[in-house]
Amino acid sequence: MSEQDAKPQNAARRTFLKQSGIALGGVVVGGVVGGVLLRPKPQVKVETKVETKVEEKVVEKVVEKEVEKIVPQPVYYHQALMFFSLEQFAIAEAAAERIFPQDDSGPGAKELGAAFYIDHQLAGPWGNNSRDYMMGPFPKAEPTQGMQTRLTRKEIFAIGLQGLQDYSMQKYKKGFADLSAAEQDEVLKVFEAGEAVQLEGTSTSAFFGLLRTGTLEGIYSDPLYGGNKDMQGWKMKRYPGNQPSYFNDIEKDGFIVIEPKSLHDHLNH
Amino acid sequence: MATKLPKVPVLIVGLGWAGGIIASELTKAGHKVVALERGKRAKLEDYYAMHDEVRYALRHDMMQDLSKETITFRNNDKMTALPMRTYGSFLPGDGVGGAGKHWNGVSVRFLPYDFEIYSKTVERYGKKKIPAGMTIQDWGIKWEEIEPYFDKYEKMAGISGDAEQNPMIGKRSNPYPTPPMKQTPSMKLFMEAAKKLGYNPYNGPSANLSQPYKNPDGIERAACQYCAYCERFGCEYGAKADPVVTVIPVAEKTGKLETRTHSNVLRVLHKGKKATGVVYLNTLTGEEFEQPADLVIMTSYVLNNVKLLLISQMGKPYDPATGTGVIGKNYAYQTGGGATGFFEDKEFNSYMGAGALGVCLDDFNGDNFDHSDLKFIHGGNIRHAQSGSRPIANNTVPSGTPSWGAEFKKASLKYSYRTLSVSGQGSNMPWRHHYLDLDPTYKDVYGLPLLRMTYDFEEQDREMGKFLAAKSSEILKEMGATSTVPGRDLTSYNITPYQSTHNTGGVIMGADPKSSAVNNYLQMWDYENMFVVGASAFAHNSGYNPTATVGALAYRAAEGALKYLKQGGSLV
Repeated sequence: MSEQDAKPQNAARRTFLKQSGIALGGVVVGGVVGGVLLRPKPQVKVETKVETKVEEKVVEKVVEKEVEKIVPQPVYYHQALMFFSLEQFAIAEAAAERIFPQDDSGPGAKELGAAFYIDHQLAGPWGNNSRDYMMGPFPKAEPTQGMQTRLTRKEIFAIGLQGLQDYSMQKYKKGFADLSAAEQDEVLKVFEAGEAVQLEGTSTSAFFGLLRTGTLEGIYSDPLYGGNKDMQGWKMKRYPGNQPSYFNDIEKDGFIVIEPKSLHDHLNH
Repeated sequence: MATKLPKVPVLIVGLGWAGGIIASELTKAGHKVVALERGKRAKLEDYYAMHDEVRYALRHDMMQDLSKETITFRNNDKMTALPMRTYGSFLPGDGVGGAGKHWNGVSVRFLPYDFEIYSKTVERYGKKKIPAGMTIQDWGIKWEEIEPYFDKYEKMAGISGDAEQNPMIGKRSNPYPTPPMKQTPSMKLFMEAAKKLGYNPYNGPSANLSQPYKNPDGIERAACQYCAYCERFGCEYGAKADPVVTVIPVAEKTGKLETRTHSNVLRVLHKGKKATGVVYLNTLTGEEFEQPADLVIMTSYVLNNVKLLLISQMGKPYDPATGTGVIGKNYAYQTGGGATGFFEDKEFNSYMGAGALGVCLDDFNGDNFDHSDLKFIHGGNIRHAQSGSRPIANNTVPSGTPSWGAEFKKASLKYSYRTLSVSGQGSNMPWRHHYLDLDPTYKDVYGLPLLRMTYDFEEQDREMGKFLAAKSSEILKEMGATSTVPGRDLTSYNITPYQSTHNTGGVIMGADPKSSAVNNYLQMWDYENMFVVGASAFAHNSGYNPTATVGALAYRAAEGALKYLKQGGSLV
């Protein structure tokens, strides 16, 4: 840490260091984390509120174009597939969108990239059950004994997505992704209930449980994982992501909305 | 073949809270200590940039790797026990610091009643109050004897609290080392409501520091920032008491602690009435070592303490058919009941918080209330906490709302910050048919049998759960909740949903070698140079979080070990 880094850079930072005791009496205690967590990040401010004050659409477009010139549209290179085939992805994305659909409160699972999140998770340790006990035997379990299957989550997803496709073809003569929203909901309800359709080595309800969990994670996880695009999931929920301190706000009455921060914001040192 | 190493004076197996405290006390007194820890090293800097719900809260990055070792579980001995394949009801810690790195920091002393539970229950209600099969027993230690160790533990950790607020607990020799944490608006609502109902609410004692603190060992730590990432995370400020930022650096500074990480103890060696050392595996190289020692201290969490003793054939294994034997006896857990309140017109900043930030009351804990007409003994600490709700886990919706789809989305967004919970942390009594032994079928990655857990909830737990849920609802209503929903009734214990990492028993302490495994210094009756320390010594589990009592017992055991070393043998 350079000397300049060690100096408090603004009043808020000084207050924070004082409160946390980190800089008390010049003694560094408990490790100095302020430098890592609180370094202000250079920010490009783009005033997007302009269009609300402007009536004419033409002007609005001009403003948007100006904005594009200043900030090039980001390319989401991580929005590509590690595990799913294109067909599996289309089914997963359509199903996730029904679990958490777009509405007037904000974007749905599709726009937030939840299916990319699921794909990336399945390709890694979670999908491969790397940290789960996977040694046999696998006899029939009582409901209190939890998951007892030789299948990995990756395999359960592949089987479950194929099940959605097969059931849709059988019932509607169309693939799941091509069904209407109402039809997709009907199919998912059947899968959630877990009675009507049999899957090999697993159940439709076990698959649906993973799909629902994966979708919620894809909406609200740190954007580093490929979902929660541009922290829109957090903004919609008014969740501030990760902040170093609420010391000054914790006792306050009334809801406080704070612009979210991601783990990426804490990395620029 | 194991490579035999030179003998060491003191060997500690597992470097979490108990191992860390004992390492610190023994090295300060000048003894050389070798600690074997099967996980990795840890330091404060590892906790930076850790605010990641997926990696730590949901994928359990700081917990044990179940692919290597788990437990098997069944509700009763008519069932075949099957492995807990994924987390899970409880989350054992891993590496230096153990679960002491990722706990919440709730730091409450057990009650005087707990240590003499059998005598005091019989004294007040008669023997008939204790149902057949319930194996409660006194701990072989009284409040006055254990209180100084609680005091020592609290000063080391810098526990925040206000001793004047709560008349329903054991007499204290000193106030808390630091004042209570801040009160949030919802905590204030609880305080006011509980007072109005005639109860005795207080700020929950906390190991998250309310202000900067220097402990008697000279360790300085920063104040809690209420950042909301405590449980399942390490504290980047060092504000949460954790062995890694308290006792372990003290031991290291003496130059007398040698920590060997990635060293998994496979069995304890013994001859006659003495332990002679351990055999351990370097999990990085696959090499096996025999480490002889004069004194062996087992501090490897409840489950592993029991497993290692059974594998090493030390102490008499518990037999549920006859009720005799001690190793694996009196396994207990945590139960309880609570309620969720919905506040239609009010939002709380519940995304802020700290692990141990909360208010609670003991009016329905221990024997602080009359049980004459109740179908249970003991009770639980009723608490409202603001530990910080994270967005994936926090999607509470009113009952009747679908769990997915448009309606779910709307409701989950509406109620994100409009629900509060109040719940009772229920005590759990031991039973003759609840125990730990070795599984006949399943093995860990090293070829050793997995520990088998036979455990269920009983009528006692269900009655207490209902009682605590009703009290919780009553408080929430008084707090102004528009509607309250009681938690689900306890049916059978299920290993799947997370409940609590408060596993207890299996190597219990007591006054009689026939009914307990260790004496009140946690020294084994059968092996005088071996101490087995942790919540494994609890003869039952109280209506509180266990860490403060584990800390106190670790200080007690350290004193016992020092006495033993000084007098050169025999029971202390």
